[in-house]
Amino acid sequence: MSAVSDLGTARTRRFDGLKKRAARHRSWTIVVSMAVVGAILPVLAYIPPFTSAQPPSAWIDGYTNAGVFVLLALGLNLVVGVAGLLDLGYAAFFAIGAYTYAYVASPFGNDILGITLIKSLGIEGAGIVFWPMLLVGALVAATFGILLGAPTLRLRGDYLAIVTLGFGEIVPIVFLNADAVTNGTNGIGGLVRPALPIIGGFSAMNPWPYYVTMLALVATVMILCYRLVESRLGRSWEAIREDELAAAANGINTVTTKLLAFALGASTAGIAGVFNASKLVTVSPDQFTFIVSFTVLAMVVLGGMGNFWGVAVGAFVIYTINNVLLKSLNQFFDKTQIPILMDIDFIQLQFLLYGLALVGMMLLRPEGLFPNSRRKRELHAVIADASEDELLAAEATTEEGQR
Amino acid sequence: MTALPAASDAGRARVPAGRAVRLLALLAIVIGIGVVAVSNMGVEQATEQLVNALTRGAIYALIALGYTMVYGIIELINFAHGDMFMVGAFVSLTFLGQVLGLNGAITDVPTLLFMVIAAFVVTMVILALVGVTIERFAYKPLRQAPRLAPLITAIGVSFILQNIVQLKYGAYQTNSPQIFPDTWKIPIGTASISVLSLFIIAVAVILMIGLQLFIGRTRLGRAMRSTAADRDAAALMGVNINRTIAITFLIGSALAGAAGVVNGMQYGVARFDDGFQAGLKAFTAAVLGGIGNTVGAALGGFIIGFIEVGATAMGYTRWGPAIVFGTLVIVLVFRPAGLLGQQLGERA
Repeated sequence: MSAVSDLGTARTRRFDGLKKRAARHRSWTIVVSMAVVGAILPVLAYIPPFTSAQPPSAWIDGYTNAGVFVLLALGLNLVVGVAGLLDLGYAAFFAIGAYTYAYVASPFGNDILGITLIKSLGIEGAGIVFWPMLLVGALVAATFGILLGAPTLRLRGDYLAIVTLGFGEIVPIVFLNADAVTNGTNGIGGLVRPALPIIGGFSAMNPWPYYVTMLALVATVMILCYRLVESRLGRSWEAIREDELAAAANGINTVTTKLLAFALGASTAGIAGVFNASKLVTVSPDQFTFIVSFTVLAMVVLGGMGNFWGVAVGAFVIYTINNVLLKSLNQFFDKTQIPILMDIDFIQLQFLLYGLALVGMMLLRPEGLFPNSRRKRELHAVIADASEDELLAAEATTEEGQR
Repeated sequence: MTALPAASDAGRARVPAGRAVRLLALLAIVIGIGVVAVSNMGVEQATEQLVNALTRGAIYALIALGYTMVYGIIELINFAHGDMFMVGAFVSLTFLGQVLGLNGAITDVPTLLFMVIAAFVVTMVILALVGVTIERFAYKPLRQAPRLAPLITAIGVSFILQNIVQLKYGAYQTNSPQIFPDTWKIPIGTASISVLSLFIIAVAVILMIGLQLFIGRTRLGRAMRSTAADRDAAALMGVNINRTIAITFLIGSALAGAAGVVNGMQYGVARFDDGFQAGLKAFTAAVLGGIGNTVGAALGGFIIGFIEVGATAMGYTRWGPAIVFGTLVIVLVFRPAGLLGQQLGERA
């Protein structure tokens, strides 16, 4: 008995040390963890149950696409999870980042802008602009975040939600209808792929350069997110989320602070947009529908709002469920030889199953898979209060019934 | 930040004057639009477009009522509500086409009335049941959960409803049987108004008045208002909260069903993804009017109908949604609580 408990305490102590060290060197911890995760994921792609779903290179490619959503979820988490501002049109900033890259990195866009970047550098040589464009895309998206936020951030939470939802609808409509400068439905194609001096241009055949780039991006954004949240600004965000009036009374400039949350969240989406555009080599309005906004929000809520690792895992899980698991159900059930299941076409049921998964996961864990510890404590306090109220309500009901 | 409460206090002290100014401003805008429309299109065309706008507005208003009621009572943006409207359209077209075997317009007035009423009753009852079921399984368990959790399940329910309808009816437009004869029109000079449009506007107005009476005059309506105002206090006063919320969903879904029926009659087609856009605009209408306020939702619905028809008349059909949301942003910047909404405190 005592031996077991000793072992237990020893173990706790050992992990305590590790935790402390991790907290002290947060950035290095993130880099190392991302490197470990980044090394394990490709290995999984070569192990039997996974190889049957799709070939390894498709897995690597899928991980990279999932990474785009991890980036989006991290950015939205800053806005929704940390600062408590409900943004339902997040895909708009994703679109703005993507189109920013498209204008600089495609012949069509160069004509519109009146620059001769691709002509002078050549298709291969122009790929180098991808790297500075990551920053430019972030800046442009952040600018639009401020433009949208400045007039609307005074609104109460749910009014903000509907305005952002409207913005999320307007942006694709503008890209769709302003044919002369955006090429309408077809979008802008023929974007140059990223290139590096020694490695040369990235290609569609080799998923690895994109994968490694994505790992680096996610690690960088994650480090920045943690640094931000632990900064004065991050504490201001949390204060506003908890009680805006109290925060203002304590000297926080709520408008500037909320604008910064909006701008920084938008800039992350801008980076994701630039990366995604460079990978798909085409941008079109239908890539940025409300489904993207809602899916990213679901990732944030499911992962556990406010917790960056949780949100990243949530994004990865939902992306994998939606794009790999549901699509490979057909093959899976064909092999099982169960008559009814073999006849069902699961591709057609994809959205039904996705919807059921969202509802089911929320019912099982309303606070998300990995809730932020502080939020969790608040939540439980609320529930304790609420259950008291429920008792009262139940009593009132029975009394009414007796009458 | 500091100036805001003072300003709103001043506004509250002079409510009648403020309201008069607001009404006058609204009237001036309406008359201005009317003058521009008449001078551009002539009286006949302008009347026809007016009826068009009212018809479309009536549909948005019916959907918006459900949004605003649900939001008013449990503060949930019920994203599945637009899809309930879409389901209503499909229930109605299935009932009319397959159960009643309708395949052409009916000119006999009593038969027509019977069929139309039957379609409304059947659709609204089915939708009410679906709405209550969804509330029971997707929202009720999450009443004490963080606020975003039911929002996510609502999105999930929306996906589920769309997929079910798509499986049954396919991804393309399904025709809704025509009931009202095309020839029933009231000529006004060169233009004409269809009887169907007038009928739709009448139905919407009757339902809205009925809803107002229900909320304002009945015991259940009072329970709904008190639950919306303060759920805990209402519970202490003996209001059955669960039943009240279920009834809110029941009424809201039934109204969405009615909107689906009239939409099918007016436009003759339905598609599995109709619900999202319509729901978005209806929610915009609810916010525009002041969310939680049923009169505001109706007003907002008509305003959005006018904006859309106006955009179409001027040849900007494709920009319609952008103009709608642009108007919303402008209105919210100047009146953050919507046109008829109460100025609420920060934490209300």
